[in-house]
Amino acid sequence: MANTQDIADVDRSLYDFRDDESDFYRLDEGLTEEIVSRISDEKHDPDWMREFRLKSLRLYEQIPVPNWGPPVDGLDMDHIATYVRANTGMKGTWEEVPDDIKNTFEKLGIPQAERESLAGVGAQYDSELVYHNVRQEVADQGVVYTDLESALTGEYAEMVREHFMKLVPPTDHKFAALHGAVWSGGSFVYVPKGVTVEIPLQSYFRLNARGAGQFEHTLIIVDEGADLHFIEGCSAPKYNVANLHAGCVELYVGRNARLRYSTIENWSKNMYNLNTKRALVEEGATMEWVSGSFGSHTSYLYPTTILKGDNSHCEFTGITFAGAGQNLDTGARMVHLGKNTSSYINSKSISKSGGISTYRSSIEVAKTASGAKSSVSCGSLMLDSESRSDTIPAMDIRTADADIGHEAKIGRIGDDAVFYLMSRGISEEEARAMIVSGFANPVSKELPLEYAAEMNNLIRLEMEGM
Amino acid sequence: MSEPLLQIRNLCASIEEGELLHNINLEIRPGETHVLMGPNGAGKSTLGNTIMGSPVYKVTGGSIFFDGQDITDLSADKRAAAGLFMSFQNPLEVPGLSMESFLRNAIRQRTGKPIKILTFKRELEETMKLLQMDESYAERDLNVGFSGGEKKKAEILQLLMLRPRLAILDETDSGLDVDAVRTVSMGIEEYQKKRGGALLVITHSTRILDSLDVDYTHVLVRGQIVRTGDASLVKEINEGGFERYANEKEA
Repeated sequence: MANTQDIADVDRSLYDFRDDESDFYRLDEGLTEEIVSRISDEKHDPDWMREFRLKSLRLYEQIPVPNWGPPVDGLDMDHIATYVRANTGMKGTWEEVPDDIKNTFEKLGIPQAERESLAGVGAQYDSELVYHNVRQEVADQGVVYTDLESALTGEYAEMVREHFMKLVPPTDHKFAALHGAVWSGGSFVYVPKGVTVEIPLQSYFRLNARGAGQFEHTLIIVDEGADLHFIEGCSAPKYNVANLHAGCVELYVGRNARLRYSTIENWSKNMYNLNTKRALVEEGATMEWVSGSFGSHTSYLYPTTILKGDNSHCEFTGITFAGAGQNLDTGARMVHLGKNTSSYINSKSISKSGGISTYRSSIEVAKTASGAKSSVSCGSLMLDSESRSDTIPAMDIRTADADIGHEAKIGRIGDDAVFYLMSRGISEEEARAMIVSGFANPVSKELPLEYAAEMNNLIRLEMEGM
Repeated sequence: MSEPLLQIRNLCASIEEGELLHNINLEIRPGETHVLMGPNGAGKSTLGNTIMGSPVYKVTGGSIFFDGQDITDLSADKRAAAGLFMSFQNPLEVPGLSMESFLRNAIRQRTGKPIKILTFKRELEETMKLLQMDESYAERDLNVGFSGGEKKKAEILQLLMLRPRLAILDETDSGLDVDAVRTVSMGIEEYQKKRGGALLVITHSTRILDSLDVDYTHVLVRGQIVRTGDASLVKEINEGGFERYANEKEA
């Protein structure tokens, strides 16, 4: 590894350590049929998956780069390694995980969180899962939580095949096609009818390799009347070459079921985060997204919810923090198909030191969706005059009786509010951090306590040296 | 006579458009109550804000000493740590920051010591009771959605919790109904009489002064203190208004 090429970041030591990859298996950089076939070989893909990958690759070559969002010119696919794995298989106990990798996850606090507050954990390191475990009592309820590769050939192979990239087909956009070609790792969750998983499951994605891509696929099926909270965390150390994350999340929420999907994303600031997340919600079911985006160089992230069943409901709560050099384009999309469906978006974005933060959303109410309700509330806070914040809300309403509300606020931190807090003995830096944390509070209070604390730490980290 | 707590010498303060305060001299000793009166636009709030260290006003001459220390160039948080406080004319709203968590943070930062949570809670509860504030206000976002009267009560709550040695009250009684003035006055009396705190009361009405013992009254006109007297000056102004001072030069 050429250390001279690495650049130091501000104090992000919690996330910004990297491990040596000398002992790793790494496919050549770039994207060719040969490389995609070798990924299939590596992973012992079933035939249908092998074909699926090659078909996706051809789509990837045909579909143009999106021209409506932040620039992605810095991303040169000829220099992204699509597949890197440590020389270890997936383990069921932390003791078996090689020390350097285990230490990485220890530093990120994953095993401790698992002991204290999680029902199951999957930990992915570069392209492959290195650890997967679910508590016995949860497994006894019939809950399946495993890596996607095992699921492809195991007991649930048919279910996986039926659902894999059906919500997000490779034809959707260029990076969905890329994902279809080179996906690796990720989790499969199945919660049987009527089962409530009392404490959350968590997958943590760590991309250690320099100039590499991570393309994990998360497939969650929550059956009728079941209830699950799934948490996704991601981070990476910083390099001065582009890294790419083009993951895909597909969520199926059955009748009267509830799924909460929480994400704290803290990729390093050389990461292109072109992630696609989508949920299909059946009758009477509830989908809840909680999303914190702090890292990455460039993000395109708009979790989509298809409210297919009558009386289905979705809530999206998100916060985005764009600092120096970051261009984060985030938001949500709600598609109302069923009758009396409702959606609620509460989004907050913060930009500082020249960062660009764009809120982009789309509310679509189909002719079939009589009685639909939707409410959007988005707030932006710019911490200085070099930063930028944009709001791009779109609406396409095809019914006469839809009840649609939209409220947008864009503001700056007022010097008068800072002075007010300072007059009570609070330092300027602390006063600004308190105002920003307060602004983020409607989101952080939706997170489990330890993640709310992590989010506040991230805000403080970002606010240092203002 | 004891050493002055606040000593302002030949203070001039400006904004870009020009000088607003001209050669202000003012001394306040521990425990004293001074009243600053004057017509609208005379510079009363400017003086209060300049003493507190607002970045809006630039000190272009003179000095401010507090407790023997030159605070002319200190930031507001350092002035607060030294024992200064100001009740704002228009308290700011801070969404997402609860009153209680704000007060805890402020006390911890001002004193530099960890807080004894139980003692803090008890004191907060008692003080809120004194000010007839519903206890739910502790959990509410700071000043967000508070009525005018609630905001002023919240300022006095902060005054009592933060225990400063000199408090500037900037139009604390303006816009309040009779009952709210009475409640707020009770809080101020507690500070003045039971704790011996010094006050600089900025007002253009006098309702808030009824229950306070006033030591000195100053009249500010067009950025200058034109008259200084004792409590009787308040009565004089009440009867005659400010006009008669309008053409007076510095006393």
